[in-house]
Amino acid sequence: MDMSSPDHQTGEMHLDRPAPDTLRVRLTGTWRLDRRLPSAEQIERTLSESRDVRRIVFDTSGMDTWDTGLVAFVLHTLRCCSDRGTVVDRAGLPRGADGLIALATAVPEKLLGGRTEPQVWIARIGLASLAAGEAVLAFARFLGEATLALARFVRGRANFRWGDLAGVIQECGPNALPIVTLISFLVGLILAFMGAVQLRTFGAQVYVADLVAVAATREMGCLMTAIIMAGRTGAAFAAQLGTMRVNEEIDALVTMGIPPMDFLVLPRLLALVAMMPLLTIYSDALAILGGGFIGLTVLGLGATQYLDRTLHALTLTHFFVGVVKGTVFGVLVALSGCLRGMQAGRSAAAVGLATTSAVVTAIVLIVVMEGIFAVVLNALGF
Amino acid sequence: MSAEVAVSVRRLEVAYGDLIVQHDLDFEVERGKIFIIMGGSGCGKSSLLRVMIGLLPPVTGEVLLCGVSVWQADEAERQRLARHFGVLYQRAALWSAMTLAENVGLPLAQFTDLTAEQRREVAGLKLALVGLAGYEEFYPAQLSGGMQKRAALARAMALDPEILFLDEPTSGLDPVSSRRFDDLILELRESLGGTVVVVTHELASIFTIGDDSVFLDAETHTLIARGNPKTLLAETTSPTVRAFLTRGELVAAAHQERG
Repeated sequence: MDMSSPDHQTGEMHLDRPAPDTLRVRLTGTWRLDRRLPSAEQIERTLSESRDVRRIVFDTSGMDTWDTGLVAFVLHTLRCCSDRGTVVDRAGLPRGADGLIALATAVPEKLLGGRTEPQVWIARIGLASLAAGEAVLAFARFLGEATLALARFVRGRANFRWGDLAGVIQECGPNALPIVTLISFLVGLILAFMGAVQLRTFGAQVYVADLVAVAATREMGCLMTAIIMAGRTGAAFAAQLGTMRVNEEIDALVTMGIPPMDFLVLPRLLALVAMMPLLTIYSDALAILGGGFIGLTVLGLGATQYLDRTLHALTLTHFFVGVVKGTVFGVLVALSGCLRGMQAGRSAAAVGLATTSAVVTAIVLIVVMEGIFAVVLNALGF
Repeated sequence: MSAEVAVSVRRLEVAYGDLIVQHDLDFEVERGKIFIIMGGSGCGKSSLLRVMIGLLPPVTGEVLLCGVSVWQADEAERQRLARHFGVLYQRAALWSAMTLAENVGLPLAQFTDLTAEQRREVAGLKLALVGLAGYEEFYPAQLSGGMQKRAALARAMALDPEILFLDEPTSGLDPVSSRRFDDLILELRESLGGTVVVVTHELASIFTIGDDSVFLDAETHTLIARGNPKTLLAETTSPTVRAFLTRGELVAAAHQERG
């Protein structure tokens, strides 16, 4: 390799007119991609200024070395000449360059109809609405298929490996404990502080324990756990399944007659359904602990007093409302993660989109479901 | 070292942890030749290639590309070296979020001072050379496997590299496409005159394009034959090489008929 050849040498172009209807392009120096090359525009300009030029010839006797930089230059010239009907005589070009031009201008492959034309705005709005409707349908279809898979599981006919289930349980249960611990404890702290500031005005600081216990078990425990799981596990599901889609692993399952719903979605769904209640209870306990920490250290309440108020406020109803909500949120997180993963396109960018979309879908569904729960539980009087 | 040597592999040992893939590799690739690295599946052909292009550190030994040691070069030298070789990966490895023109244009933007306009020209030319004129604005996912391979070849050739590494260029292509790919490699070598190092186990390609070759053995973990594939077929005494090169008598008979 001539890494050593001097860098200052560049390709140069001189134009002259050996005959009135002929333009001679003399190319000298080094015509390589890594040097600054003259633009073919000068030829274009000359052609439009002097209309009597009918023929272009090349003289490359003064050229040292060349690569495809030269070929690209000549091709540009050829293109603007064919527009004007000017004849180009390629005899003066190096032999190899002429061969490359022949190869590049050979009959190209027939174009596939893969290009998408830009749409007018009204068509874009229409298409987006149709896509939104399609997305809702897709989710409903996915929910139905998941239910069928669950039914197969109950009848013991589902085709999946228990080892996979254990792996997912390990990943979304015990491995999630540190982050759930941290967040829940902090949520308990925040609730206690917020409550204390308000309750102090009534001299009712001791009710901080009630507030923390009810808020944590009924709302915050399950909600925070679900959001953590959406970001942590839902995203992981979407990325795993999306990558499997890219590698054609899902196609391989389908062609072997193994429903991906059973083999991939079911273990993930079951794992979250099994783990979310436990994580919710754990989170409740940690939040109450966090509240107690503030109550004892900052607010100066007695330990017995705090525990007594907590036990008084905690009812089984609050506890079960939280656990049931947590379980439903777990189903939503698993479904959105798996759905987006299975729907992912076949490229790296598509897997990224699927992951983002899984988290967004899960959080939206969680909040919507939280609202539905609030209305329904209120109507039922729980 | 002779100026006519493009690639030089010296006392190379390739291993993954304790698992030795290949050892005592010693060979040189002459400039302007199409050099085949062949051997059965799992013999370490692709691992050797990964060592040669600087992706997998060797246990011992060195690889010189155009006289520069790949594994002893400092960061700046490696950068400079990267401009002088191109790689076609086994699974094309086109950047899926970029169009074909952007895929080919990225190395040009990295290593040359060409204007955006000129880069588009050159990218278009490279795509035209591999028969993909008009596909500049397509994304890799919109193309068939064979077209992706050719687009990846266009990207590997973006900078007119002195050495082109091709990892299983015709795997996954039908016989006609794969023959056309071989012809394309020959035509490009004819006009551009670079050195080509091909890792393959496709006999048809080996005999069509190979000027010189090494045979890596999966059992003894080293190279056991060296030379022009056609000469090897006629003269080799190693039963392993013979079995590989005559796999299916029909292939061998057809080859001898063709002369």
